[in-house]
Amino acid sequence: MRNHEYRENGNLDYLKTAKGKEPQGKETTLQAQPDFKLIGRPTQRVDGRLVVTGQAQYTHDIQFEDMLIGKILRSPYAAAEIINLDLSPAQSLPGVKAVLKLNDGRLKYEGEQIAAVAAIDEKTAEEALKLIKVEYRTVPHVVSPDKAMAEGAPKVHDSGNVEKFNEYTRGNIDQGFAEAEVTLERTYKTAIEIHHPVETHGSIARWSGDELTVWDSTQALFSVRDGLARALGIPATKVRVIKMYMGGGFGSKLSLNEHTVVAARLAKEAGRPVKIILSRKENSLCVGNRPSSHITIKGGAKRDGTLTALLMKNYTCGGVGRGDRCSEPLIDVYECPNVKVEEFTVFTNTGASRPTRAPGHVQGTFALEGFMEELAAELGLDPLELRKKNYTSSNEGGTGIAYSSKGLEKCYDIGAQKIGWSRRNKKPGQGQGKVRRGLGMASQIWWGAGVPGTLADIKLHRDGSVEAISGTQDIGCGTRTFMATVAAETLGLEPRDITVKIGDTVFPWAPSSGGSLTAPSVAPAVRDAALKAAEFLKEMAAKKLGVPAADIVLADKKLFDRNKPENGIAFKDLLAQLRRETVFHGERGDLPAGFAYNTFGAHFAEVEVDTETGRIRVLKHVAVHEVGRVLNRLTAESQVVGGVTQGLSTALFEERVIDENTGKMVNPNLQAYKIATSMDVPEIVPMFVDLVDPRINNLGNKGLGEPPRIPSTAAVANAVYNAVGVHLREIPMTPDKVLKALRDQEAGS
Amino acid sequence: MDNPSKKRGHPVTRRAFLRGLGGGAAGAALVTRIRGREAGQAGISLPPALTHKSIVFELNRKRVTVEVEPRETLLEVLREKLKLTGTKKTCDRGECGGCTVLVDGQAVYSCLFPAIRADGKEVTTIEGLAEGENLHPVQQAFIEKDGYQCGYCTPGFIMSTVALLNRNPNPSPEEIKSGLSGNLCRCGNYVKISEAVAAASQKMRKA
Repeated sequence: MRNHEYRENGNLDYLKTAKGKEPQGKETTLQAQPDFKLIGRPTQRVDGRLVVTGQAQYTHDIQFEDMLIGKILRSPYAAAEIINLDLSPAQSLPGVKAVLKLNDGRLKYEGEQIAAVAAIDEKTAEEALKLIKVEYRTVPHVVSPDKAMAEGAPKVHDSGNVEKFNEYTRGNIDQGFAEAEVTLERTYKTAIEIHHPVETHGSIARWSGDELTVWDSTQALFSVRDGLARALGIPATKVRVIKMYMGGGFGSKLSLNEHTVVAARLAKEAGRPVKIILSRKENSLCVGNRPSSHITIKGGAKRDGTLTALLMKNYTCGGVGRGDRCSEPLIDVYECPNVKVEEFTVFTNTGASRPTRAPGHVQGTFALEGFMEELAAELGLDPLELRKKNYTSSNEGGTGIAYSSKGLEKCYDIGAQKIGWSRRNKKPGQGQGKVRRGLGMASQIWWGAGVPGTLADIKLHRDGSVEAISGTQDIGCGTRTFMATVAAETLGLEPRDITVKIGDTVFPWAPSSGGSLTAPSVAPAVRDAALKAAEFLKEMAAKKLGVPAADIVLADKKLFDRNKPENGIAFKDLLAQLRRETVFHGERGDLPAGFAYNTFGAHFAEVEVDTETGRIRVLKHVAVHEVGRVLNRLTAESQVVGGVTQGLSTALFEERVIDENTGKMVNPNLQAYKIATSMDVPEIVPMFVDLVDPRINNLGNKGLGEPPRIPSTAAVANAVYNAVGVHLREIPMTPDKVLKALRDQEAGS
Repeated sequence: MDNPSKKRGHPVTRRAFLRGLGGGAAGAALVTRIRGREAGQAGISLPPALTHKSIVFELNRKRVTVEVEPRETLLEVLREKLKLTGTKKTCDRGECGGCTVLVDGQAVYSCLFPAIRADGKEVTTIEGLAEGENLHPVQQAFIEKDGYQCGYCTPGFIMSTVALLNRNPNPSPEEIKSGLSGNLCRCGNYVKISEAVAAASQKMRKA
């Protein structure tokens, strides 16, 4: 059985909501699919003007008159003990208002916090940090997973460096291999990536009596609020967390940060607001990373491509934190009766992992889809046909429950046609010449059903204005815009007529924005509230117009009799007759049991490999997704384009590099840590399979945050394989690795 | 820590680099013009250290006077002293373009630009592009084409785009890519950004 106890740093419970459970509330099944005027069309962001004029307020931008600047002293060593810590020189520096000891024992990674100061400005705070006297005794460290696994390696924690965290078995793996006509075993490796949101992590804490308000660059308002309350030993009712705009998170801002607690403690001690903004280097070292993976897949198949067995072993490293569970794609995507998985975390003296856009799935898909491509070549089959051959409409590889909806087959067909799949090298590497082209593909599965119980309000004002309110956050995916669109659609208004209020824990509860769950949680809650408001208004109008409520239509900013459209009242005029401002509470209902709720997609990439320089250029990338109903085509396309670009960046460039001798990161900046730029980006074609899920929620929509991030890396790697005939099996595919693979291939043939 | 001590062998920080500028040709020229408060106090024969200078420049079509220290960057002065926070601090060492502003019409990384050098110049930030309610065509195009996601790198991209279109009103797709290659978008929205730039270019040429 899968180990459901396994958690990464952040709480990943949200991923588990994808499995339906018994509905507790009302039926959420979508009875009929209405035709929408706004939902599903391209809608410009309602807050675009604020962003393009520089008026959108990010946490970095917030300043208070008496605000202090907090800074944290961090470990310069990968492993050390603090022998002596003297804060007094910092305390006596003029301008320093508070000093805190955060650690005086064992240090397990470069960047671990030791002490903190709050001072009147940044320069004084920096000066104060330098005055803190720390006497260290360094102890042996280990920063590479390979070395951490070796016998006699320095222990990162008190337990061993290797820990099994996931095991899964179905069928009989030995029997599966016995039935196989072809078996293949391959090992795939991925590097550690850093999230690097453009806005580094930061928090501002301000106390008013015993009440704390925190402005935090976060994806998780309520989780930060509850975490702060626990850390400070105060009730959640005394903590308020606000986040208006945020410059990226990608999973690294999904939980409470240590520095947020530090800001609150410093502010308490100093009696003034304290702002802590992490530097780019701190962002590199101590607020998360995507764990590496070292995945071996052994698979068995019949000559016709039918899978009989899949055996996977993964060693994944998340520093002092845990690795990622990378086996979900292998367990779910293809029909295969016999599967066995074992996954191990390897600890090293480096900063802890955090969820990184599609945790585990990027690595697991790179391995699984690389394997499928290599298996297809071994069998002499079209890799797309091999995938279709093992298609399944229920989860756990055909052994579980039915998917509520699954449009993967359509993704395959649309994508293959769009990229011109028949142009690929029938045999990988059959092309000649210095620069060779190839086509590759990969399949995608993710959750994305949303969180039952998510709340939203619609508030009607007597002056005719309307608010849509939820304690959710817009992390760049267009939450404000889809909330306005759904409310406007339901109330017969335009998106600009709706004032959206989010980003504050004083608003109704909504889950963290991660794991592709914001849109399928919040949009149905807004829809629910707006439907209630519409019903109320129709009743009001019915009395006014003297017709049954069932005959009232709410459209074009008025309410009117469907049989006699001239008998109507303007929306605004009707609201003027409200007794007072009126609130309607909406909730995202439960997921009907008995079905699996997942998102699907397929990517197709075309690349060019220069066999003399080892340079890879992606020429075209077609990304087809099935996420139920698309709420806003414009922002959905951006999501896909961004996911593809990040996946390409992972495939070609990104790698955290640690020096083994010093245990220090050598590329803790945006110059040496390579991220794709505009120069690296090909033509990207985002496409959607329009398939409305019949029961997932009242809109039939699923999430889109992770899906486009998942298969793009694998598709690029597979295209390189198709071009040169050797699978690199390791990312990032830097020129040195390409040239080495080509040399090895030549030497071997 | 973004300001590690030098003796530990850390790389040179941007701020240390700026401090070092004081001994260079540009710095020498400046200190001959203004004498710092602590001039001569140290009893050494080097030119006296400059501590403050009042500078005057055109900021978004308005004249501003502000007292700056030589170690302060234009970015710090804009954000902290003048409270214009549309210009973002992202890497603080010239790697990402998030802090791009126009100085005399040229795009510069304001995190690498000593504030003191803005004296007598014309500086345009994201806050100065729109004229009243009328957005600049580049701003309008970024909304229409959804040329951003989280929006944090957007002011920098928009300023780079304005500079690009000023010097090349009709850039090819490749010229757009290279013109924006000094700006990082971690959400990875370059395709949409390029579309926005092309749309703005077209609109501005028609106007």
